[in-house]
Amino acid sequence: MAVTFQLNGQQVTADVEPDTPLLWVIRDTFHLTGTKFGCGIAQCGACTVHLNGMTRRSCVTPVSQVEGGTVTTIEGLDSKEAKAIQDAWVGIDVPQCGFCQSGQVMSAVALLREVPKPTDDNIDQAMAGNICRCATYVRIRQAIHNAADTLEG
Amino acid sequence: MTDHYNDTRPLFAHAGRAADQTVTGQFPTDDTLTGAERTDPALSRRRFLQGTAAMTMGLVIGMHLPSSAKAQSGAAVVMTDTVEGGFTPNAFIRIAPDNTVTVIVKHIEFGQGPATGLSTLVAEELDADWGQMRAEMAPANKKKYANTLFGLQGTGGSTAMANSYEQMRKAGAAARVMLVQAAADKWGVSAEDISVAKGVISHGASNRSASFGDLAADAAALEVPAEPTLKNPDQFTLIGTDVPKLDSRDKTTGKQLFTLDLYPDNLVTATTLHPPQFGATVKAVDSKKARAIKGVIDVKAVPSGVAVYAENTFAALKGRQALSVTWDDRNAETRSSAQMQADYSKAVQGEGAVARSEGDAKKGLGDADTVLEAEYFFPYLAHAPMETLDAVVQHKEGKVTVWMGSQIQTMDVGALAGVFGVEPGAITLNTLYAGGSFGRRAQPGGEFAAEAGEVAKALGSDRPVKLMWTRENDIQGGRYRPLAVHRIRGGLDKNGDIVAWDQQIAVQSFLKGTAFEGMIQEGIDGTAVEGSRDLPYAIPNLRVGQHLMDNGVTTLWWRSVGHTHNGYATETFLDELLEKAGKDPVEGRLALLGDKHPRYRGVLEKVAAMAAAAGKVPAGRQRGVGLHKSFNTYVAEIAEVSDAGDGTPRVHKVWCAVDCGVAVNPNVIRAQMEGGIGYGAGAVLFDAITLTDNGHVTESNFDRYRSLRINEMPSVEVEVIASAEAPTGVGEPGVPPVGPAIANAWRRLTGNSVYRLPLVPPSA
Repeated sequence: MAVTFQLNGQQVTADVEPDTPLLWVIRDTFHLTGTKFGCGIAQCGACTVHLNGMTRRSCVTPVSQVEGGTVTTIEGLDSKEAKAIQDAWVGIDVPQCGFCQSGQVMSAVALLREVPKPTDDNIDQAMAGNICRCATYVRIRQAIHNAADTLEG
Repeated sequence: MTDHYNDTRPLFAHAGRAADQTVTGQFPTDDTLTGAERTDPALSRRRFLQGTAAMTMGLVIGMHLPSSAKAQSGAAVVMTDTVEGGFTPNAFIRIAPDNTVTVIVKHIEFGQGPATGLSTLVAEELDADWGQMRAEMAPANKKKYANTLFGLQGTGGSTAMANSYEQMRKAGAAARVMLVQAAADKWGVSAEDISVAKGVISHGASNRSASFGDLAADAAALEVPAEPTLKNPDQFTLIGTDVPKLDSRDKTTGKQLFTLDLYPDNLVTATTLHPPQFGATVKAVDSKKARAIKGVIDVKAVPSGVAVYAENTFAALKGRQALSVTWDDRNAETRSSAQMQADYSKAVQGEGAVARSEGDAKKGLGDADTVLEAEYFFPYLAHAPMETLDAVVQHKEGKVTVWMGSQIQTMDVGALAGVFGVEPGAITLNTLYAGGSFGRRAQPGGEFAAEAGEVAKALGSDRPVKLMWTRENDIQGGRYRPLAVHRIRGGLDKNGDIVAWDQQIAVQSFLKGTAFEGMIQEGIDGTAVEGSRDLPYAIPNLRVGQHLMDNGVTTLWWRSVGHTHNGYATETFLDELLEKAGKDPVEGRLALLGDKHPRYRGVLEKVAAMAAAAGKVPAGRQRGVGLHKSFNTYVAEIAEVSDAGDGTPRVHKVWCAVDCGVAVNPNVIRAQMEGGIGYGAGAVLFDAITLTDNGHVTESNFDRYRSLRINEMPSVEVEVIASAEAPTGVGEPGVPPVGPAIANAWRRLTGNSVYRLPLVPPSA
């Protein structure tokens, strides 16, 4: 079955089984490897992408559901929120092993778009779906605040 | 300081510790990686990853030496006597004409910062500009890249900085001497009149300057100096500063490549189905349904279970799900965790092998005014790194090439050579950045490398095969932190002084029967009793007994190894004794430390001051202390805890003081303490691997094997003690104190001692 959707600003068509999770289409078909596999059951958030502007766990999203949709992966981020988040991440060296960080960044960018000046509680709610086994959470929280400050100017 | 590094003993002051760390002679004595040297795996990796065959020409310290220079170069590239073969030239630095300085990092990077840390050491002595520094994982080559404390190539025991500190500085200093000499020769001036700063080589009098890249080719022709002079610490410009990490940008933009991200042409993706019990094997496989799935290539029985091969990941996963396998459980471990606990509990009623004895513990307990007794239960724990185990293996034309996050390259190469029936020299192992480990990738028998090799071999094709474990493979795949039971009895005299301590520890050994068995010295497995047998407190009658239990569940070192359960048991029990005696947890500990343990005292006094500076304990909260040394790094932590409202603890804040000797990068040290606190807190609060009545593992993914999440993470404040002592590791030592700090706070808040982990029962 061929599924057509927007992937990082380009129209793509994937000829795969319709129940194939979006994660594996992104990775195996299009070799965009920034989006990670961590659990396969929407528990860890390593596979987080934006589908039509909202965060989505790509590991449990059948590709058939994204027909005609717009998918953004870490490679396709291009917004002022994304720049602020990624600069803030680098600025205080958030990543340790780094494997979960694409998903963390995707969730954090979506948060800032919705809530430009998030509180700690906002951050907890938006980021609790993203596990970091290195427990970089202290810095994730700080980096989100820093990014919000940057955007505020 | 040189002596300090050429002799591992002073680093491990406590009895038996040197033996724990120095395992030379217990490993295959092959010297057979010459094939790998010939084929230059670094080159093949770059080709593979970047699709370019262009080999950077330039200065490669140690790699292009004329043979006559090799003998003289030994000191510059020092390896300690623990390395087989003695002085061996190395290749830690590559300076390219484009002026980049690439440090070949012999320790795998999975978050603890060796790529940045080891590059800092080189850059410091080289007087490089930090912006020109790059890091690259070293290929498998025991001769060049052995851990000087292990005698083989491997990372663990928080040793990366400790064993590299002089080695990498000398490599950098040697390169600097050669670059300066090259400039002197070119300009016809004296080397003494040349200065180097931030990557620029200058001759002031003639107003000439050059970059490293400009001089790389000339420098390559020079002899490597035997004894380059190292800087005095007061000359450091990078060491001791928060140098930005080299990998943060790539890890924030999705560009960092991990093993999972490799998609070579013609790739086959494989998954494996493992037996549901430890020790069970495949009896029969019905693969008809699996083979009918579009994209599935083949199904094979392999020693670890059943492998499904496919053209893409999803087909492999679906194929695995469609398998029907009958298992042979005749040799399986079928006990439940509860049954094991009962067996271990029985053992600790007796006296185990004596790991330490002072005075007469039995008499001391008999004479004591008050005796407190506790029995602790520690469940199995999975490491659960974010990137599950994975590897790409290609067997083509008699050669085997492997890409994986290898933590003990020497053992992984050995295991792969065994699988393919080739010499280790025919194995090219490329180490990739890995998505966490926490001990999981450090496998004494190279078991995962062997599985990946078996899976590739069984397909019988020269296509590259990527084996990817799913999270279920990981959580149910064993090599856990061992289940343990501790029984401690402590005696107080009528003054409230602790006069006796008897601790019996039942735990299985994950070293027994492996190449690391030599680490078990005189019947005592250091990984079982570390942290208890070196208890620093002055207790006149003290005994630590060890009971090594047979168990079919596979186990392994888990971040901070034996210190996790030993640190928890000792620091909670001590705290309870102090409370019973009406003593302050900080003052009481300081009194027991006396004047013999200044570094323990230093971190404890510091953390107490930090917590005090935060003001009074808010209503409804309590604070608890944990103090522990592991891997020669001293850490004290204070946790502030409340009841979340449902009878479970909420950890609000953790203060942490760490003494790890010279602080090469304080920012990385703080990060490791933060991460260690989160990792340790998550395990103590939530985590258990639980075996049911027939030996099946209950948990299979992050739904039931909970991981600490951001809403459960305390705020953390870290102070790094200024020190001129030799640097020690930081990857693990942040973990042990946090559990007891939380449990001690909880006990002081609720009156409930926590003898059974996790603190929050799985049903809550």
